[in-house]
Amino acid sequence: MDSNSNSYSQFQNENSSLPDFIRNSSSQRSSSSIQSFHSKASGGHSVKEVSFELGSKPSVRYGSRGADSERFSSSYKEINDQDARLVYINDPEKTNEKFEFAKNSIRTGKYSILTFLPRNLFEQFHRVAYIYFLVIAILNQLPQLAVFGRGASIMPLAFVLLVTAVKDGYEDYRRHRSDNIENNRLAWVLVNDQFQQKKWKDMRVGEIVKISANETLPCDMVLLSTSDTTGVAYIQTTNLDGESNLKTRYAKQETQMKNPEKEKISGLIKCEKPNRNIYGFQANMEIDGKRVSLGPSNIILRGCELKNTSWALGIVVYAGGETKAMLNNSGAPSKRSRLETHMNREIIYLSIFLVVLCTIVSVCHGAWLRRHKDDLVLMQFYRKKDYSEPKVDDYNYYGWGMEIFFVFLMSVIVFQIMIPISLYISMELVRVGQAYFMIRDDRMYDKASNSRFQCRALNINEDLGQIKYVFSDKTGTLTENKMEFQCASIGGVDYSGGKAISEDEQTGYSLRVEGQVFRPKMKVKVDPELLSLSKQKHTDEGRHVHDFFIALAACNTIVPLTVETSDPALKLIDYQGESPDEQALVYAAAAYGFMLIERTSGHIVIDIQGERQRYNVLGLHEFDSDRKRMSVILGCPDNTFKVFVKGADTTMFNVIDRSLNSNTVKATEDHLHLYSSKGLRTLVVGMRDLSASEFEQWQSSYERASTALMGRAALLRKVAYNVETSLSVLGASAIEDKLQQGVPEAIESLRNAGIRVWVLTGDKQETAISIGYSSKLLTSKMTQIVVNNNSKESCKKSLEDALVMCKKLTTDSDATRRGSGARKTEIALIIDGTSLVHILDTELEEQVLIVYCTYSLSISELQSISIFNSSLSINLQLFNLSSKCTVVLCCRVAPLQKAGIVALMKNRANEMTLAIGDGANDVSMIQMADVGIGISGQEGRQAVMASDFAMAQFRFLVPLLFVHGHWNYQRMSYMILYNFYRNAVFVLVLFWYALFTSFTLTTAITDWSSVLYSVIYTALPTIVVGVLDKDLSRTTLLRYPQLYGTGQRQESYNGKLFWVTIMDTLWQSIAAFFVPLLAYWGSDVDRSSLGDLWTIAVVILVNIHLAMDVVRWYWITHAAIWGSIVATFICVMVIDVLPFLPGYWAFFHIAGTKLFWACLFGITIAALVPRFVVKIFIQYFRPDDIQIARELEKVENSRESRDAEIEMNPIFDPPRR
Amino acid sequence: MSSGDEISQTISKKSKKPQYSRFTQQELPACKPILTPGLVITTLISIGIIFIPIGLSSLSASENVVEIVDRYDDACVPSTGNDEAAKRERLSFIQNAKTNKTCIRNLVVPKKMKHPIYVYYQLDNFYQNHRRYVKSRSDRQYRSPKYEGDTKTCDPESEIDDHKPIVPCGLIAWSLFNDTYGISTKSNPVPINKKDIAWGSDKSSKFGSNVYPKNFQNQDPIGGGKLNESLPLSEQEDLLVWMRTAALPNFRKLYGRIETDLEANEKISVVIQNNYNTYSFDSRKQLVLSTTTWIGGKNDFLGKAYITVGGICLFLAIAFLLTYVIKPRPLGDPAYLSWNLNSAEL
Repeated sequence: MDSNSNSYSQFQNENSSLPDFIRNSSSQRSSSSIQSFHSKASGGHSVKEVSFELGSKPSVRYGSRGADSERFSSSYKEINDQDARLVYINDPEKTNEKFEFAKNSIRTGKYSILTFLPRNLFEQFHRVAYIYFLVIAILNQLPQLAVFGRGASIMPLAFVLLVTAVKDGYEDYRRHRSDNIENNRLAWVLVNDQFQQKKWKDMRVGEIVKISANETLPCDMVLLSTSDTTGVAYIQTTNLDGESNLKTRYAKQETQMKNPEKEKISGLIKCEKPNRNIYGFQANMEIDGKRVSLGPSNIILRGCELKNTSWALGIVVYAGGETKAMLNNSGAPSKRSRLETHMNREIIYLSIFLVVLCTIVSVCHGAWLRRHKDDLVLMQFYRKKDYSEPKVDDYNYYGWGMEIFFVFLMSVIVFQIMIPISLYISMELVRVGQAYFMIRDDRMYDKASNSRFQCRALNINEDLGQIKYVFSDKTGTLTENKMEFQCASIGGVDYSGGKAISEDEQTGYSLRVEGQVFRPKMKVKVDPELLSLSKQKHTDEGRHVHDFFIALAACNTIVPLTVETSDPALKLIDYQGESPDEQALVYAAAAYGFMLIERTSGHIVIDIQGERQRYNVLGLHEFDSDRKRMSVILGCPDNTFKVFVKGADTTMFNVIDRSLNSNTVKATEDHLHLYSSKGLRTLVVGMRDLSASEFEQWQSSYERASTALMGRAALLRKVAYNVETSLSVLGASAIEDKLQQGVPEAIESLRNAGIRVWVLTGDKQETAISIGYSSKLLTSKMTQIVVNNNSKESCKKSLEDALVMCKKLTTDSDATRRGSGARKTEIALIIDGTSLVHILDTELEEQVLIVYCTYSLSISELQSISIFNSSLSINLQLFNLSSKCTVVLCCRVAPLQKAGIVALMKNRANEMTLAIGDGANDVSMIQMADVGIGISGQEGRQAVMASDFAMAQFRFLVPLLFVHGHWNYQRMSYMILYNFYRNAVFVLVLFWYALFTSFTLTTAITDWSSVLYSVIYTALPTIVVGVLDKDLSRTTLLRYPQLYGTGQRQESYNGKLFWVTIMDTLWQSIAAFFVPLLAYWGSDVDRSSLGDLWTIAVVILVNIHLAMDVVRWYWITHAAIWGSIVATFICVMVIDVLPFLPGYWAFFHIAGTKLFWACLFGITIAALVPRFVVKIFIQYFRPDDIQIARELEKVENSRESRDAEIEMNPIFDPPRR
Repeated sequence: MSSGDEISQTISKKSKKPQYSRFTQQELPACKPILTPGLVITTLISIGIIFIPIGLSSLSASENVVEIVDRYDDACVPSTGNDEAAKRERLSFIQNAKTNKTCIRNLVVPKKMKHPIYVYYQLDNFYQNHRRYVKSRSDRQYRSPKYEGDTKTCDPESEIDDHKPIVPCGLIAWSLFNDTYGISTKSNPVPINKKDIAWGSDKSSKFGSNVYPKNFQNQDPIGGGKLNESLPLSEQEDLLVWMRTAALPNFRKLYGRIETDLEANEKISVVIQNNYNTYSFDSRKQLVLSTTTWIGGKNDFLGKAYITVGGICLFLAIAFLLTYVIKPRPLGDPAYLSWNLNSAEL
């Protein structure tokens, strides 16, 4: 904390000299620092907040170690009046008097009918390319500059705008419709002391609302009272964060007793301004002269559903667009693909090229005018003076300088398609096509959850082919997050003989009450020895087992629900709770005959081997990440008081009294080690009998703490610390979190493809490592470096050591490799959350500094900074170290740290990162990474909502990256280069012609052909190839994961390829232009005929060029390419039969001569020969992997078909269904 | 419909599994040619084999064209020389409507010229493709008398002083070429057929048969030839030829056809009315008599280009064949994959 506060104050001091944008963020901090102690509250953070917190708020703690108590005390200080919202209970008039709070109507639609056109256009013109084309279209409207027909110049842009506007309009219409439905839903609102139905949109802040069971909450409310006498309400937050289990919320005792219909409630709630943190709420309530503080457990949020509670009363505090659900609704920020970013760089080159062309034309034109300045007046084809008016005037001559300027502008208009507008549209279409195939891929369909692959972001498809780092969540992503009780160590004895039971052999434990059978919903495999022990009550062992299972059944927050089945005599008991581990434990207890039947806030009922026992729950110390344990104080039927504690081994052994039963403790520890090395999640269970005096002492302090106004949490924790001491160990449980199908194979393939896999998990180190082994993330060949420190200095030191070791290892292995040819030594880094806290904390300081110095610095510059300030270099060390490691395992990581790690690697390594996760805790990471993938699994939809792509299983990552990602990348890179080439060839042909028209930009090619060129003549083939062409088959790509490296190394799109393409373009344009020019030099050919020849020559050229690069010819490809050529002929003919155009009948004249066809044929071959030759020489002498693999495919196919009549292609099998 | 179908339908409705089709799984049957050395060599050789004969035949066709080109613009004015005075004299000569501009040129036919012999006039450095020039026309006006006043685009030759439209309007028509040629051999005149020198399509559809010239060349400055006001535009073939603006600054335009053969070494004399003013700027006028073949007039370029490309392809085929023999690389050898190469090297 010391270093932290130092840095904080240092930051404050610097504040005065900081640039404005920093100061802004620091002034925001004062309001948002309130949130910071909700350290688990990460799921709802938007990426904005995440980056904000990472970037400039040193008071954030990623971990929760230490310092919490101080912060708690300070956090309960007064909320500033100016920062607060005042809500007068049941007095909406007064509440809204001073300042009108948002009503409860929501508007997710962006536009209204009036604002649609201007706003939509405004948004569309955020694309710089569109502005460029708009400017050009406007320029073309000026009479002096009208190069093209006015209609022809506007058409393409208008078309694009129209299509996008229609799409946006339709989407918005759908949003409006759903808003309407939402707004007109009804709720019961207290009006004049009576509950009346009111539409949602009319509800106001300050009103009291009554919600019945299974109803959806209309706005964010503070709970006043519920049907439960203790003020508990259960809510389901599926719509909000996707978690399907029930959560408990509490009404304050002060309001619980009141009935607003009979007695008027009045009071004042002072709460923070609306924010999007769904796990945080900070307020206090003044009622009956008392002040009560309110926290996140007192508020129920819009979108949640009330469950298991027949009614609840709440007071509206945030409504409509200010509810946390709506504030979180803004969706993921749009990401831009790396290819597109690079493409923009080349677009700038093309713009420079364009300017150069225009400059050449205009300067030459100036020179021409200069040379002929004496002749201009009467020169037949210029005629500077207009004699038709009585007064002799200059006709359209604006002087030398202006003429040059106009020619420049005109040439920009003529050469405009140098910047390919059609490329943007083609890219959108191609991405839609690619997304279609990804969604429809039945190899990425998961039968168990019946879910397909989902593309949520449409503009980063090709990034999937360039991933270098994969950051994966563990629970629910690598594993199924279906917790299964595996074995237990009770009283120092290991019971792990459980056999998997088949359905009919044993039905599990069930309970008969009044002719009805109750049975737990989930079956658990049982150890027969333990089962028989659990039935003995009177042996020592039996009692021990008994206590153990009581602890499992009681020490939790699980709510049992009875579910009807189709058989009226059979009822299933469904255990609902926040933690899947607890669920598994309760199901296990039930299987051994300790069935939890009922839970209220005051007592629980456990059916023990057929006997109903009622235990009073006198107190419950909730789990917190600091203690890492929870405890419950039970008043047992035999009037004794017991405290049961369960928690993580690290903290449990601190509070277990080893002297009591040292052998058992030792044995338990051994078993724990055994379990966790198997990859099981372990919990230690302990208990203690409380003597009457101890109990009373606890009770009084507990009462005092739980009614305290200030620092309640800290006080409660202190009480918990006092009572959770000198426990006797009961045993330990082990829960298996099963690996998902295909995970080890998937991870191995990812590693083979040169992708660095990082697993970020909240599990403890041993568990993480064992999961690492079972998922083949770690192999025995790897050298493990473990960083596990408590302070910054030691952390730094161990990083340094690790780096040294790492360097030694790599040089060693270099040496050995040279000698023996052995494989490169792989290094795995295992680092824990605590160390990361220290590392990432410095990251914060550093980021502030970086922003302060310049906006960004390269790594080398950072290194130079770190010489001056050694404390800064620590995360650089982590980066250096981790970039040397093939595998990194981060354990005990808090959600925000996940995002921090991703940000670190993303910014430092400048490589593509992918984050995959399934839970609300992965949201920040998913949004931070270049590509975020959500697993639509157990934990609901929060991750999916934030993700760019969503799928059901981790293993689908392999086909997604290796097959679709690779294809997408190859297709998109080729398409961009091809589009550059395609437009540049055309522009250059226009340019060459301009040199022969005394630089006046007459075009031989008609206006309409210029416009249709990138719309009809050449558009379809590139889209078809961009969607359909496959450089390699799926089988090959999956067989050689290394082929993925082409994307990582950016082999298909880079600066070199761009320049090669431009050189090729130059040659092809020269061939296409000069062959007809020289063949027709000095002949009687007219402009339109020659223009038609050039048009057709260029179109055939670019289409054949494309055809040369197509790898797989489908009938669609054939249709598109040859169809485009045919369409061009048809269009040219159609243009030439319009008698009002100057080129009337030109095509038919010139196409009747043999010279025309000889030129066409000659151009095509002459232009493409260099490309062809370069291509074959590269393929033959410097083949890349893709080329070899393609040949391999071909060779193997022919070999197979020669060998036998084996069905070589699985698609000839009966169609799969 | 059988119940089985219904069941499978309901299943497919509930299941979100993508319907299998070769298209959606990207498994459409496809042809995937790769460039094997055999294919490459065959392609290159066949390009060579096709190109060289085409090149040779077009060269010989160009050889067979007999062409007489005579530049007369210098000879048909009284003064030559580049000084200002000479220039002024030339200009005043050509601009004066009253001077006699007849000029006789004697030419020798180098080889026998079979009919039809095309008579062209050739202008060099005359930008018929200049933007101001090509835009200055009104196709609507030429087509129909209805649009007589449609002269907006014709500036600066749209109307004469009292807003009477010029038909045909525009710079192109205004600058109509008006030199005339009369050819005779020693004894008898050689008739030049001036019918059907313009495109049939222009005569039938582009220029109206009921549009008659009006107010044409009535006002200074006069740019070129006058038109017979009693003939409709569609029959003014010289105008139609002129209005088909040339693609390039050096161009020929058809003047007429000689329907008789001219023998080798025959002396012909051409009577030229040298009316057209190319002297105010740096331009040249030439008379061209030429026969024609399938590649048009005399032009060696295409033949040479074809032979060059064909030759290069043959050369490359041989080069590739040699390298293939000397340093063969087996197709699809996994040892060439980069990761295999790396481990082999180390």
